[in-house]
Amino acid sequence: MSLAKPIATTREVTGIPTGRLAVWWVIASEIVIFGGLVTCYLLMRLNNVSWGDEASHTSTAAGATNTFVLLTSSLFIVLAHAAAEKKDTEKAFKFIWYTIGMGLVFLLVKSYEYTTEISHGYTIFKSVFWSFYYTATGLHALHVIGGMVIMGIISMDVKKGKELQRVELIGLYWHFVDIVWIFLFPLLYIAK
Amino acid sequence: MGDTVTAHVDDHHGHHEQDFWSTYVFSTDHKMIGFQYLFTGLFMAAVGGFMAYVFRMQLAFPGESVPGFGLVTPGDYNALITNHGTIMIFWVAMPMLIAAFGNFLIPLMIGCDDMVFPRLNRLSYQIFLISTILLLAGFFVPGGAFGGAWTTYPPLAARGEYNLTPLGAPIWLLAVALEIVAFLLGGINFVTTVMNSRAPGMKMMDIPIVIWMIIIAVVLFMFSVGPLVAGAVMLLFDQVLGTSFFIPSGGGDPVLFQHLFWFFGHPEVYVILLPEMGIVAEIITVFSRKKLFGYKLIVYTTFMVGILSMIVWAHHQFIAGIDPRMASVFSFTTILISIPIAVTFFAYIATLYGGSIEFKLPMLWAIGMIAEFLVGGVTGIYLGASGLDIYFHENTFVVAHFHYTMFPIVILGGFAGMYYWYPKMFGRMMNETLGKIHFWGTIIPFNFIFMPLFSLGIGGQHRRIYNYLNFPDLASPEFQNLRVLATTATVIMLLFQIPFVINWFRSMKSGEEAGNNPWKANTLEWVAPSPPPHGNFPDGLPTVYRGPYEYSVPGRDEDYWPQNAPN
Amino acid sequence: MTAESHGHTNYVKIWGILLFLLVVSVVGPMLEIPVLTLITAFGIAIVKALMVAAYFMHLNIEKRYVWYMLISGLVALLVLFVGLSSDIMTDTGKNWEDCIATSSCVEQRL
Repeated sequence: MSLAKPIATTREVTGIPTGRLAVWWVIASEIVIFGGLVTCYLLMRLNNVSWGDEASHTSTAAGATNTFVLLTSSLFIVLAHAAAEKKDTEKAFKFIWYTIGMGLVFLLVKSYEYTTEISHGYTIFKSVFWSFYYTATGLHALHVIGGMVIMGIISMDVKKGKELQRVELIGLYWHFVDIVWIFLFPLLYIAK
Repeated sequence: MGDTVTAHVDDHHGHHEQDFWSTYVFSTDHKMIGFQYLFTGLFMAAVGGFMAYVFRMQLAFPGESVPGFGLVTPGDYNALITNHGTIMIFWVAMPMLIAAFGNFLIPLMIGCDDMVFPRLNRLSYQIFLISTILLLAGFFVPGGAFGGAWTTYPPLAARGEYNLTPLGAPIWLLAVALEIVAFLLGGINFVTTVMNSRAPGMKMMDIPIVIWMIIIAVVLFMFSVGPLVAGAVMLLFDQVLGTSFFIPSGGGDPVLFQHLFWFFGHPEVYVILLPEMGIVAEIITVFSRKKLFGYKLIVYTTFMVGILSMIVWAHHQFIAGIDPRMASVFSFTTILISIPIAVTFFAYIATLYGGSIEFKLPMLWAIGMIAEFLVGGVTGIYLGASGLDIYFHENTFVVAHFHYTMFPIVILGGFAGMYYWYPKMFGRMMNETLGKIHFWGTIIPFNFIFMPLFSLGIGGQHRRIYNYLNFPDLASPEFQNLRVLATTATVIMLLFQIPFVINWFRSMKSGEEAGNNPWKANTLEWVAPSPPPHGNFPDGLPTVYRGPYEYSVPGRDEDYWPQNAPN
Repeated sequence: MTAESHGHTNYVKIWGILLFLLVVSVVGPMLEIPVLTLITAFGIAIVKALMVAAYFMHLNIEKRYVWYMLISGLVALLVLFVGLSSDIMTDTGKNWEDCIATSSCVEQRL
């Protein structure tokens, strides 16, 4: 029965397009998911001074590189959005794939980090700090992968000039993933 | 009913013939998805009811073979209790009250043709279905289903060697996590639909109360469930990988999980309660032919309930050794939250006052709900006081209190909604006599099940007893008689659901034709044909001119004034 | 979305500021002054997050209540933090030992 778009989808009582409104709600619910994890981490971290020593084994350089990568990817996706708004599908397509490329760089750095840490014995079982480290960054990495897959799918439509508003929607999500990393970076890497 | 739906689709929209799969299984139509949730919920209610029957039999007659099940081992008993709780909350209350009624009612009541994201809606149900199958699959894995209570407190839940269900526990957790994902997807769809797709002319204060309540419940769910999702991931790692988030010996903190669970778990009570209060509000206004008393007051107090319900969660943990200073704070907020809820119920009673009340079936169930919920609310005050709670929380008093709130909400309220919207769902009326037998056959045994549990609890029956014979103090005939009474009442109540099943299916075929508006109600769903075709309003989507509760307006011939009537 | 008012250079400029802040947040802790570390690490994280939210996510020109939506999530987290802090940030129970693992349960009971 998914033949035609329902009329409901085209209505816009709040003044915010339906897709964007839904993404805001997705982000609102994601804030509580990541925030819940970070709250747990903070509570235990503030009570365990020894976690500072554990944290000194994370690589600030790798973390900073990844922050740079994600910030740049955020720039690319917002440029893609700007291009999509001007109906410049070529450019939007290009910038979406730059963003995906940046996501890939992020994942490569991340896996290099994981490999080094695990080979030095800092596995998820080492202590609760490392459990949190792998859970938080792993959950974040899953979001990065998810975003990349969705971008890949969207880029195909964008190339044909269809559903251009989706560039903005995936952009919002991608910026949110970026913001999560902006907080994970000081929490896990800088504070020693 | 399927034939009529397809027929209407063909008539009004000229769609080509839909085959069985795309009509019933992979439909994106909000009504069909609502039915899918409803029937899954009803099926799971039967499963959960059967579990209650088995462990009630074991409680009253320990060690004897239960007809239809056999001997109940301690492991079985734990698994049954755990899954009874899980199923009734997550697989009956949530899908029936929020997902089924939400899906069915939201587009109809706000006057549009479907949800804004029909395919997301379908995905939501499919994930829910997978979670249902996964949960039931837990019973067939080696080691059996999880038996560490529906609250999954670690360390018991976190290690296979503690709970002895190394496969059952992760399966249970995954099922619940998937179910939460399904409702998050559905919830986003609900909120977006109501915010953006209301009929022209429908202002915020023209939205029917039930829609308000569903939306507030969904938002409450979204803001409270996040930490539990994180906690579930952590617990899953504890179970499967062997990390120590919640294991004290490894540096973790088991109380942390309790907090994460109840930070969601308490708002969840209101997530279930609010939609049901909305259903009752619709019914009592229609059947007392009077304007709903204090529409805005109810909306604002509901917001208040939502906010307050986020800061009462630790009253579930008074006996967990939490900080006593916090316990006082949470005692205070717990007792405070009874005020807005009481205000809402007073508004309902004020609506009934002076109305021309008709005791049709939905009204019976709605009044029954208000009356029975009162008992649950009042006993909640005892449990809210942290000192008294230390005693009451670990015996069957708390079980009785919990069921006096949940049973009226889910079962009485759910049936009220089903009887009320049945004519809209299937285009035919349900049989009044069978419905009345069902009502009295449910509500009287219900009191005989749970009233004894209050006495048993005050007398000292611990709530986690597999076999009372191991406790000589509890083996006296007075206690035993009360246990047998409760068990007998359970069996009787379950048997009295048979008239409902007969009525439900027979009325689909041979019930009296309902017409568009059998109850003479104002809200927009009654403008659509019964059952509504695909697209809901074949004569064009309605425009709204007034609020939903204009009954018995002086100077009008009819005692109702539909929202879409120009004057 | 009225992003036409946001020229290209604008985004690149924001990106430049973000990178500068990143450098400060990495260099700050190297001075090893705890208070400064807190400010440069977390203060700057908040500034960066707000900048991304305001300029890249266009919350600066979005309807006001989207802010409220997102902030109510943060308020819920604050409530969670406050409610949990008195329990999780104590040390009672830290000396609990896993008597099943060390099989000393039997002796304890005797």
